[in-house]
Formats: sequence, structure tokens, C-alpha cells
Amino acid sequence: MSSLPWLTIVGVTPLVGSLVIALLPSSSAPGSDAARRRRDLLVKRTALGFSLLTLVLTIAMVVSFSPGGPDYQFTQVYSWIPRFGIHYAVGVDGIALVLIAMTAVLTPAVVLASWHDVDPPPEVAATADTPGSGPKAVPARARRRSVKAYFAWMLLLETMVIGIFAATDLFLFYVLFEAMLIPMYFMIGSYGVGRRQYAAVKFLLYSLLGGLLMLAAVIALYVYSARAGHPGTFLFSQLTHVALSPGAQKWLFLGFFIAFAIKAPVWPFHTWLPDAAAAAQPGAAVLLVGVLDKVGTFGMLRYCLELFPSASRYFTPLILVLAVVGVLYAAIVAIGQTDMKRLIAYTSVSHFGLITMGIFALTSQGQVGATLYMVNHGFATGALFLIAGFLIARRRSSLIADYGGVQKVAPVLAGLFLIAGLAGLSLPGLSTFVSEFLVLVGTFTRYRAAAIAATVAVVLSAIYILWMYQRTMHGPVRKPVEGMPDLKARELWAVGPLIALIIALGVYPQPLLNIINPAVQHTLTQVHAIDPVPPHPGQKSVTSVADPGRIVGGKLTKKELAP
Amino acid sequence: MTGTLAGLPMRAASALPTLAAVGVQRTAWLMLVFPLAGALVLLLGGRRTNRFGHVVGVAMPFASFVVAVITFVAMLGYPASQRARDVHMFTWISVGGFHVDAGLLVDQLSISFALLITGVGSLIHLFAVGYMSHDPDRRRFFGYMNLFVAAMLLLVLADNYLLMYAGWEGVGLASYLLIGFWQYKPSAAAAAKKAFVVNRVGVAGFSVAIMLMFATFGTVTYTGVFGQASSAGRGTATALGLLLLLGACAKSAQVPLQSWLLDAMEGPTPVSALIHAATMVTAGVYLIVRSAPIFNLSMTARLAVTVVGAVTLLFGAIIGCAKDDIKKALAGSTMSQIGYMVLAAGLGPAGYVFAIAHLIVHGFFKAGLFLGAGAVKHEMNDEVDMRRFGGLRVVMPITAATFTIGWLAIIGVWPFSGFFTKDPIIAAAFAKGGISGALLGSAAMIGAGITAFYMTRVLLMTFTGHRRWEPDAHPHEVPPVMTSPMIVLAIGAAGAGAFLMLGNRFVDFLSPVTGAPPASRGLITPVSGATLALVVLGAVIAWAMYGRREIPVTAPAARFPVVAARKDLYGDAVNEAVFMRPGQWLTRLSVYFDNRGVDGLVNTLAATVGGSSGRLRRVQTGFVRSYALSMLVGAVLLVGVLLLVRI
Amino acid sequence: MIPGDYVALAVILFVIGAVGVLIRRNAMVIFMCIELMLNAVNLAFVAFARLHGTIDGQVIAFFVMVVAAAEVVVGLAILMAIFRSRRSASVDDANLLKY
Repeated sequence: MSSLPWLTIVGVTPLVGSLVIALLPSSSAPGSDAARRRRDLLVKRTALGFSLLTLVLTIAMVVSFSPGGPDYQFTQVYSWIPRFGIHYAVGVDGIALVLIAMTAVLTPAVVLASWHDVDPPPEVAATADTPGSGPKAVPARARRRSVKAYFAWMLLLETMVIGIFAATDLFLFYVLFEAMLIPMYFMIGSYGVGRRQYAAVKFLLYSLLGGLLMLAAVIALYVYSARAGHPGTFLFSQLTHVALSPGAQKWLFLGFFIAFAIKAPVWPFHTWLPDAAAAAQPGAAVLLVGVLDKVGTFGMLRYCLELFPSASRYFTPLILVLAVVGVLYAAIVAIGQTDMKRLIAYTSVSHFGLITMGIFALTSQGQVGATLYMVNHGFATGALFLIAGFLIARRRSSLIADYGGVQKVAPVLAGLFLIAGLAGLSLPGLSTFVSEFLVLVGTFTRYRAAAIAATVAVVLSAIYILWMYQRTMHGPVRKPVEGMPDLKARELWAVGPLIALIIALGVYPQPLLNIINPAVQHTLTQVHAIDPVPPHPGQKSVTSVADPGRIVGGKLTKKELAP
Repeated sequence: MTGTLAGLPMRAASALPTLAAVGVQRTAWLMLVFPLAGALVLLLGGRRTNRFGHVVGVAMPFASFVVAVITFVAMLGYPASQRARDVHMFTWISVGGFHVDAGLLVDQLSISFALLITGVGSLIHLFAVGYMSHDPDRRRFFGYMNLFVAAMLLLVLADNYLLMYAGWEGVGLASYLLIGFWQYKPSAAAAAKKAFVVNRVGVAGFSVAIMLMFATFGTVTYTGVFGQASSAGRGTATALGLLLLLGACAKSAQVPLQSWLLDAMEGPTPVSALIHAATMVTAGVYLIVRSAPIFNLSMTARLAVTVVGAVTLLFGAIIGCAKDDIKKALAGSTMSQIGYMVLAAGLGPAGYVFAIAHLIVHGFFKAGLFLGAGAVKHEMNDEVDMRRFGGLRVVMPITAATFTIGWLAIIGVWPFSGFFTKDPIIAAAFAKGGISGALLGSAAMIGAGITAFYMTRVLLMTFTGHRRWEPDAHPHEVPPVMTSPMIVLAIGAAGAGAFLMLGNRFVDFLSPVTGAPPASRGLITPVSGATLALVVLGAVIAWAMYGRREIPVTAPAARFPVVAARKDLYGDAVNEAVFMRPGQWLTRLSVYFDNRGVDGLVNTLAATVGGSSGRLRRVQTGFVRSYALSMLVGAVLLVGVLLLVRI
Repeated sequence: MIPGDYVALAVILFVIGAVGVLIRRNAMVIFMCIELMLNAVNLAFVAFARLHGTIDGQVIAFFVMVVAAAEVVVGLAILMAIFRSRRSASVDDANLLKY
């Protein structure tokens, strides 16, 4: 294990980028149009450079992570506010590591895809004002918004999200959990389209409400930790050992869970997401749905389960019902959407239901599946949002009805959209399938009815994805779509790697699973959950015994039987 | 017949030991890789590969066929009990107790399918070179076709249910892409989506079945599941059987999930040939036969399978009788023929072998028939209405000849293929005994008669009689690149049945996997005699109606049964009434509920807070003295409270 | 010396001041009434300090005087500014800071 403080390095890099961008000359400084564009380009290149640097550093970190090693690696603990037992404490287990990696992969893609979101090139800006443009057309004054600030916010957000996944001090987690709202609020409120202010305020208020409940629970937890005789602490590793009465556990669990359920979002706390995603620029929507919302599900897995194991088990039936209702309900509502971005947002609500279900099924398959789902959902929905964004940038409308026959004029765009869509409906061979099936199978071994009900979403997802695809891409070429250019190199570079990852992880997900497995096992031990043993175990296939991957699996089985 | 339950199925259920593949069989994965590589090259290569795309497209399945043949020959070198070999590729998913390998099982059953898929598939690819020669997107077409073959090979070669499921969905994807190949036609786009969505219904059942397997057996490999299937009890077996049947119904277009197949004719004709003969619809039959050890345990599941098969074989045959579109008539016939196979598969060990045998010969003659139809369509300016055909045997002699051989094969005339594979199914159905056996047998026998009727009708309307062509149609014989596959397939259609079934060759080959049927009762039995009589009757009636009389160019008005058959026996109407309309209502209701209900509640809450604060701010009048008064009142109150509390 | 008398006087002064603040419109008069209230409080402080024999109350009275002086400075300045711009010293005219 390397002694380098990887997490701090990775986390601070985007922050530095953000500061550097803030110090660059602003595009609103005096000068000609060309000079302004040059300055904007410098900003964008800087942002891309720092996001790529973060990615490279993250890859280096993932490589030096040893899956079989201690539960938390790259740990650092420094006292921050000793009076209250607050620390700057970071460290990652396999779950947090893959989520950080996902964040690091998505950010450069988003930067690249958002190249012209804030300052559309003149020709596009001109078409935006033609009468043919749709109702959700970007107002021309969006051009005057600061390019600098947009990318600075973006990188700041990356820092905060990485910090959230890396934090092992509850106070640090909470501070970043709330602070993360600020960049996103501005990215939606100032740079969005349509009812952006409404959406931004709704997002903020919803999140703040959840955050408030969580703050109360965090403080209560601190007080309880102080009661035990020794000084109070916010360190996660010590908080898991605080003895709580069952009643207190339940209330604190609810405080945390509602905050995460709003963030995730779990039905029925979901209505802010379609509004926010529809109002945000596609890139911001990717960060919102792909990265920010994962904090909610990550929180459930890390904090709800490990801090309040018995309360988790107590509330599991209720949460599973909410999750299953969310899975089906959001899928049905998604079918009825007329706006692409809202549709994708609803599919995400459905997928978050599955993730929640996998987490609270309390089986290794369910939780590994849920973790993998968080990552895969980030890539798949990210790609879907970005490609939808490319489409929207061409036609200045996010209404499905404004498209038709795009496959004929832009086959590459349509093809990638199809693959991203198929990932959305969890087609085998694509990464989402592995995670979705693991979630379902993990839930099935313990809660059959929930898993069977959720399987209905398999049919519904086919309907919403393919129907959207049919209405936008198939059919005769519609007049406004004629002459629509295919993907440019920049756009291809933004989504191409995501699509490649989706396929690669679908065919060979085992490296990721090997990282996640031990972490999930640790969580399950903490909750005292043991995988149900099949009543009639069949012999495994002959050839698999000699396989190295199998040994990891075998070890786990032994471990989970031990307690 | 309960007798078969006791002895034979146990032989199959005991799951022969699977050995690791050695020697040349270790490269069986190349079978998958070739078409997959073809698909990748053609789809990622873009326009650069336009020039040679079709060559790659044909070469890849053919290379797979060569690998399949080599693997097959190597297999024949082993004794019957050691022919099941496992090719391990890599660990796909391993989480806790859930361990799935990407591994291939090469045994008698899978290699039979692999040979059929790659063999017939290659011929269809070859045909498509000519058929699609004028299509600007021919390269993309071959990319999809190769993907189709690769997915189907994965489906049949997988050594566990989850990997099979991956192939299963891959097939669904490829069919989606190919049915919607001419996506600019709204009907094609809708048909493609319909095929995928209906298949997803089956997929849902299939995936629940896999979950149940894992929950019960802790594994999803064939060996693991089959080895313990009997210990899990009849209830589990029935549940698994019915769930798998749901999957099979969707993929094989069996009632009640049949509706997509007729619409799927929107795809180019080689696609139809591939779907109907080599890939896709045969997957359901494969699933049932592969899961034989499960079905053997449950009478209920097998009864359900036979009922589905019998109903579908009549359903498809009746639809086939009324269609004027040559491709749809053939599609109806596929439904019907797959119905035979499913029926046979439902009969348990008495029928598995016949199901597969019929499937293989069906692959030959149905591919031949579809390619024939495609050739006709190609020459008639994409006309598919048989009422505009007629007399084509003169201008397209080779096509007419191969089509005729296909016709003889499908209606089951001795010594053509269908006779050898369809009659045992009918006989086995009767041999099931009891009322169910009699009913199933009669259904199958009547189906044979109807098959003869509608296939004769197709043949007569297309190739004989007067020319009822559109004025601008100038049909000629198609080029050799298209006729040669048809000729090869015709040879197969003529001889494959006799080759497989005479001397129990195929039965002996396959029975280690599926269990052996009871010994055959000779070539001509009362059942086969009666069947032949019905076939002749059907053909004669067709001749009387379509061969002797002039055929009107527009379809004449008809009474109820014919109208119903023309409308696919109201399959779509039922779907629309039962699923689509309520579904649309549910969707609209949910969207409304989400906007007004859930979000409405949130917004109401926000509005309430906003409204009350709006009312409350009226207190801020701006008059300093009123503020002063409120301060005074507040101070007095505070002091008062303090005093009260003190006392 | 009867402390009760001082306190009673302080209460009377305070009430006069308070009523004045509430019923008068002229900012100058209100200002003077506020001063009256402050002085009433000062009187009470000093009286109680004397009563208890401690120095605290007297100290606070000084504080109050200082604060009152500062307040007068700021308040009169604002008052002058308002009067200059509006030609009126009525507090009811300066009601722009409302809902």
C-alpha cells in the first residue's frame, strides 16, 4: 500500500482547478468577441485538463488499492476541531472507491460535453431565436452568463463529491453533503433552461429539509457518543460502536434515511428530480443524477446500515415497499413523459428504487449489485443524458415530439443513443444488466415478492426506452431534423469512453466486483446479515474450481458463515 | 404416460458428468468470436467497410460453421457418455455464493443447434448478398445479422442459465435491429419495438426462473440445477417449468405471446428466414428441451407446454390459411410448426428428440421457403400479395423447384423430411394416452391437414395459374448467389429427415442428453396413414379452391372465420383491449397523479408556507409607533410571564 | 430616604415616556420620550444601587448615559436627513420600510 495521501490529492486537484479557473481572466472583461472566445476556450481547456488530471490520479489510486487489504485504505486522520471531536478523516473502502472512480470518469466527459452549453456558438445561438425553436429553447441571454463560473462550479462540485465519498468523519460528511448543494444550485438556477429558478429552489429546499433532519440526527449521535463516558466524537469508526437504545436507533435512522431518500430520491420524495433534471443543462443533469444522487444511496449503505443495524432491519419491510412502488411507479410515469430529460429522470427514479431495494435486501448479491448499479447507472444515464443533450443542442428542444427519423441523418448519434438506452433497460452484455440482475437475485433470495414485483420493470423499461427511441430516431425524417449534423469529434470523445466502459463492464465486471465484494461483506457483518443458504445446493460446475475469481468468492462464503 | 416418468427421465436428470473440453474442442469459443468480430468490424468500421462488408458478413458465420463441424467431428470421436464437454472462458460474475462463469457447454444438443444456426445461417447470409445488393445499408445489415448469429450461438452454447439469458436477450436485440432495419417505415419501427417488448415479457419470466434456481440450488449452471432438481420437489419444478415456458412462449411466438411474429415480417426477407429457421423462434424449444430434467419432474408444467403447443399449431395454421401476404402466410406456418415442436417437447422424453429433429428439418425447409418467397418478392418489386403473383414457375424455375421441395417437406409427404419428423410427434401425442393424448394427437393431426391446405394454397397462388402481375413487374430467375443457398436448403429439406430418423441415428445421438423415446413402431402406422390421408385431403381442397379456379386480384369479402384469420385471430385486438388501453390509462393516470398528487402535495405545502408568510408580513406596517406598541406589549407579556413563573 | 418613592417616580417617568412614544407623531418628541424612559431606568438603577449598597447599578447608569448619548447623535443625524428630504418630522410619513 502506498503511503501517499491519495484521497487528499485526488480530492484537492479539482479544487485547485476551480481556483485556477476563478483567477483566469473573465469573458466579460473588455475585448473583442474573438478575444472573449479565446479566454473562454482557455477556461474550458483548464477545466478539462484538471478533470483529466483528477481522472489519471484516481486511476493511479484505484490501481494501488488492494482489494484484499484493510477495509479502509488511504486513511488520514487529523484533528480539525478538537473541542467537538471533529476530524479531517478520509479513507475509502471498495464501495467508496468505485464511486469516486465513477465521479472522476464522469467529470471530464461532462466538461467535454458541456463545451458550448453556456456559450453556444453563434450559428446555434442564432437558430435559437427562430420561430421554429421549441418551447424550451435556451434564451439568447444565456450567452452572457459566465463561462468561467460554470466550469469552476463544476470542478468544485467534483471536489465535494469526492470528499463525501472519502469522508470517514460524520461532521465532514455532513458539511460536504450540504455544501454540495451550492454549486448545483447555481448550475441549475443560473445556467439552466425553462423553469430553472423554480427547479433550483425546489431542489435546494428539498435537500435542505433532508439535511436538517440529518443534522439533528448527527448532533444526537454526537451527544450519545459523549454519553458513554469518553469525549464525544464524529469519527465514523468510533460511532459504529456507540451503543444506542432501540428507540433512539429508530429515530436517528429515520433522520438519516429521509435525508438520503430525498437525495437518492426514493419514492415519494422524487418530484424534485424530474424538474431539476429537465431545467438543468444536460451536463449538469448528469452530475445531478449520475453523481449527486449517488450520495443518497451511498449514505444508506454506509451510514444507515452500519450506524443503525437493528433499526435498518426494523424498517426494511417499509423501505422495500417504497422501493418497489418507486420502481414500478416511476417506470409507468416515465412511459407517459413527453420530454426527454424528464423521461430519463424518471427512469433514474425507477433505477434508484432498485438500488435501494438491493441495499436493504441485506444480501451480498443485493448490496454488491446495488453498489455496481450506482456506478453503472452513472455511466449509462450519464451517456443517455449527454447524447440527449447533443440532440437538444441541435434542435433546441427537449420534447420527444419535435424529433423523428434522426437515425437516417445522424446514424452515429442514434447508434450511441440506442446503446445508452439499452443500458437503461439493462440488456445483458451491458454493465447495467449485471448490477440489475444481482440486485434482483439478491432480493429474491430473501424477499421473493419484492423481487418478482420489481421484475415487472423489465418489461416497462423496454417500453419507455424503445418507445422514446422509436419516436425520436425511427420513422420518416421530420422536417426540422433534416440536415442535422452527426456527432462531432468532441462529442464522440465525451460519450465514446462511457459507452466503451458500459460494454466492457458488462462483459467482464469481475475486477470491479472484486473491489466491492469485501466492502459489502464488511457492511453485512456490521448488520449481522447472512446470505440465505439455498435449501438444495447443487454442485458447482467442474471447471470453475480452478479459477482464481472463484477463490475470492469461496473465501467470502466461508467468512459470511463464520459469525 | 406416467411410465416414461419413472425410468427414462431419471437418466436425463442424473446429468451426465460434464468434462472439461480438450484438444480442438477447447477452441469452440471461436464459434462465437467469428460472428461477433464480424458484427464489431462492420458496425464500428462505418462506411470504410462498405466495399467488402458483405464478404466479411458471409465469411464469419461460415467460419463459425467450420469450427462447429470440427467440434462436432471431435465429439463423434468420444463415446456417447463423454460427449458433453465444458469450455471455460472466464469468470463472469462472482458475488458471495452467486458464481457465474462464462463457459460453453458443447454436447449433443448444443452442437446440433450450433450446426443448424451456422449452417443454415451462412446460407441465408449468402442469399442476402444478392437480396440486399441494392440496399445502401447492406453493410449494417450484415453487421446485425452476424450479431444475431453470435447471440443465438451464445444462447445454445452457454453452460448456465444466466449466460443463456444473455444470449436470449442478445437475440432479442438483434431481432429488434433487423425487424426495424428499414426503420424509416413507421410500421417497421413499431414491429421491432413490439417484438422486443413482447419478448421482454418472456424475459421477465425467464429471469424470475433463474432467480428461483439460485435461491433453491445456489447455482445457475445446468449441471448444478439438474443434479438437484429432483430434490427440490414438484412444486419448485412446476414453478420453474411454467416460468421457463413463459420465456419460451415469447421467444417462440407461442400463444398467448404470438402477436409479434406476424408483424416481424416488416424486416427484410433474409431476416425472416433467419428468425424462423435458424435463430430466435427455435430458442424457446431449445430452452424447454435443455431444461428437460426440470420439465420431467412436473406433469403440470408439461401439460401446460403441450396445451400451448397444440393451441399454437392450430392457431398458426388457421392464420396461415387466410393470409394473402406470402411472408405472413409463411409466418403463420412457422408458428404452427414451432407449435408442433413445443407440443413434442411437452410430451417429455417421448418427444424431446422429435422436437429437435423437427426443428432441424424445419430449419432447412422453412429457410428454403422463406428464401424462395424472398426471391419472388425481390423480382416482383417488393410485392408480397400472392394475389398479384401467379405463373411464376415459368420465369423462375429454380425458385419454383426448391419451393416445391420445401412444400413437400413441410406438408410431410414421404420421403421428404417433414414426414419423418412430424409423424412421430403426432404418434407420440396419441401415445401419451388418455383424453389429453387423444385431444393433442387429433389437434396435431388436423393441424397437418390444415398445413397441407395453406401451403398448397401458397404454392398454387404463387407459382401456377395465370399471371396477375403488376404491369411493371418483370420477374426473372434470381442470380446464382441467391439460388445456390436455396438449392442446398432444398437438398436438406428433401433428405435431412430420412437421414436423421431412419435407423434411429438422431435418436441415439441425442438421447444421452434428452432421454430416449420408446422404440418406434415402424414406418407406416395407422396414425401416419390417417395423417397422410388428411394431408392429401387438405392439398386437394386447396387445389380445388385455388388451382382450378381463377384467383381474384382483390381479396373477396368473406365470412367470420376467414375475417378472423385475416386479423390474426384477433390477437392484436386482445392485446390492445387487455394490455395496451388499460396500460395507456394507467400511464396517464400515473402522470396526472405524479404531477397533481405527489408533486401537488409538495407544491401545496410550499404554497401554504408561502401564503401564510405573506399574510404574516402584513404585520410590518411601516409605522414606527405600531412597532413600538408591539415591543411594549411583548415586553409586558414577557415580564408578566416571568413573574407568573416565579410565583 | 424611601426607595419606593424613587422607584415610583421612575415608573411614572417611564410610563409618560412610553405613552409619549406611542401617541406622538413628531420624531423629535418621540426622541425626547425615549430619553425620558432611559432616564427613568437610570433613576431606578441608581435607586436600587443605593438600596442594595452595591455599585453595579450606578455603573450601568453610566453605560446607559453613554449609549444614550451615542444614540442621540446617530438618531438626530438620521432625523435631520429625513427632515431635509421630506420637510416633515412625522414618523408616520416615514413608513417605506414595510411589507
